[in-house]
Amino acid sequence: MERVPILKIGDILLVSIQVDMSDQTALQLQEDLAERIVATGCHGVIIDITALDIVDSFVGRMLSTIASISKVLDAETVVVGMRPAVAITLVELGLSLNGIRTALNVERGMELIAAAHADEHEELDDEPDAETASS
Amino acid sequence: MALSAEESGRLAGLLTSHADRVMSRWVEVAAGSLRGRLSQAELRRQVEDLHRSMVGTAEHGPLHLDGEHAAELRAVLADLSRGRARQGFSATETATSIFALKDVLLEVMEADAGESTLRDYVAYSRLVDQMGLFTFETYVRTRESLIADQAEQLLELSTPVVKLWEGVVAVPLVGTLDSARAQVVMERLLQTLVDTSSPYAIIDITGVPAVDTQVAQHILKTVVAARLMGADCIISGIRPQIAQTIVALGIEFGDIATKASLADALRHVLRLTGVETARRQPRRDR
Amino acid sequence: MITGVDVGQPQTQAIRSDEDVVRVRQLVRTVAVAVRLSLVDQTKLVTAASELARNTLVYGGGGSVEVNTVDNGLRRGVRIVFADSGPGIVDLDLALTDGYTTGGGLGLGLSGARRLVDEFDIWTAVGEGTRITVTKWSR
Repeated sequence: MERVPILKIGDILLVSIQVDMSDQTALQLQEDLAERIVATGCHGVIIDITALDIVDSFVGRMLSTIASISKVLDAETVVVGMRPAVAITLVELGLSLNGIRTALNVERGMELIAAAHADEHEELDDEPDAETASS
Repeated sequence: MALSAEESGRLAGLLTSHADRVMSRWVEVAAGSLRGRLSQAELRRQVEDLHRSMVGTAEHGPLHLDGEHAAELRAVLADLSRGRARQGFSATETATSIFALKDVLLEVMEADAGESTLRDYVAYSRLVDQMGLFTFETYVRTRESLIADQAEQLLELSTPVVKLWEGVVAVPLVGTLDSARAQVVMERLLQTLVDTSSPYAIIDITGVPAVDTQVAQHILKTVVAARLMGADCIISGIRPQIAQTIVALGIEFGDIATKASLADALRHVLRLTGVETARRQPRRDR
Repeated sequence: MITGVDVGQPQTQAIRSDEDVVRVRQLVRTVAVAVRLSLVDQTKLVTAASELARNTLVYGGGGSVEVNTVDNGLRRGVRIVFADSGPGIVDLDLALTDGYTTGGGLGLGLSGARRLVDEFDIWTAVGEGTRITVTKWSR
């Protein structure tokens, strides 16, 4: 069985899915990632699906589960690089990927995680009132 | 419907022994109905091709237009028909060029009429009819694909996706949106988001006279798809009638941002990005 | 509702394991590309095939798939038949409802796949098996 590699870049774990995953591979990735978040203490997970030409309900569920697990482990998950055709198909399939943050590419995903992280620190530093300025 | 082996043989003989006469008469009769819009040389070449492939096919035994060894004849007929369709000849003019062969055959066969002549003529005439119908069908198919191509080109022309600002793209939709066009627009919009790495898209429907349920659904689906990809859509330029339709149809626009004009939408996006640059990135509300 | 005639040799693939589901996706994609479905339609068809192949494996206890090119005179398309001799579906209407599942999935397999294809036909008999035929036409 193939295994999807997990890279650590600074405070972020980067998973770039390059193969057509079997369901077993997907479940394995879910487990591996949970372990790595705990082992490294990372606060961000970026899952790059640029190379995936389909996302079906199984992979969709895996992404949601990973997001929920990492949230419990105090890490923010961002799914990046979803292709237009994949997004259109997911909408038709009825899969909304609730609770998952998305970004167009890895770079934007990193910005999103950095911002989320910065917010948390601000919450510690600032008075809560100062937080209401944004949209 | 096929010619028997003997009939085919006699046809091949007839066409070869009177080759020159058949061809020149065929060109004359066919040219009459085309009223000089096709050069004699080209018509002559087409008739020669037809003549050659008919003889070739008829020599092979029972002639059947759907048969295996009539493939070349069918190809020649299809070629002729496609050419005529592209050059703007009518379907009648195209088929008449084939039917002209009947007149020619009659003239040739009258000269030395024998016992089986009448029977043969009826059989040949049936074959010519089939050939004519075949060109007719090819003609229609060619025109259909021409129309489809043009429709596609129109679709391409009528759906520009433009970059308004760094990170902001817009689609100004003009004219009636049918389901097919809405789909094309949306696909292109999403692709442009990826290509330009733009997290914001403005769909401006100022120029759209009416929106039905299907089109509204397409727009909604696009907004949801864009979100899945990590981009936000703003819809601008909703006319009063369209707003009424949307409400009357019970379509939920939910938390999708809508603005009165394209300018308002751009200002809204710039404010969002402006805040982002001033305050680093705020948490996006999803 | 099945229209058009098969052209060419059908390609078959057994569905016995996880890896076979991956193979089904690859097979369907190859045929979809050959028929020149648009990218979005290819994606929709392969996704539907993935859902249905997984259903065949999980609920039908394994089975087989047959992929064929079809022609209705105007357009070409891809037809896929999923067949298993598993327990069958007891309540078909319920099984086709969004969110209904007996297998712990999201319940979008059947209903979602149906929305992704142009033609969807299902035959099922309790204790005999299930046979699902889907078709996607080129635009």
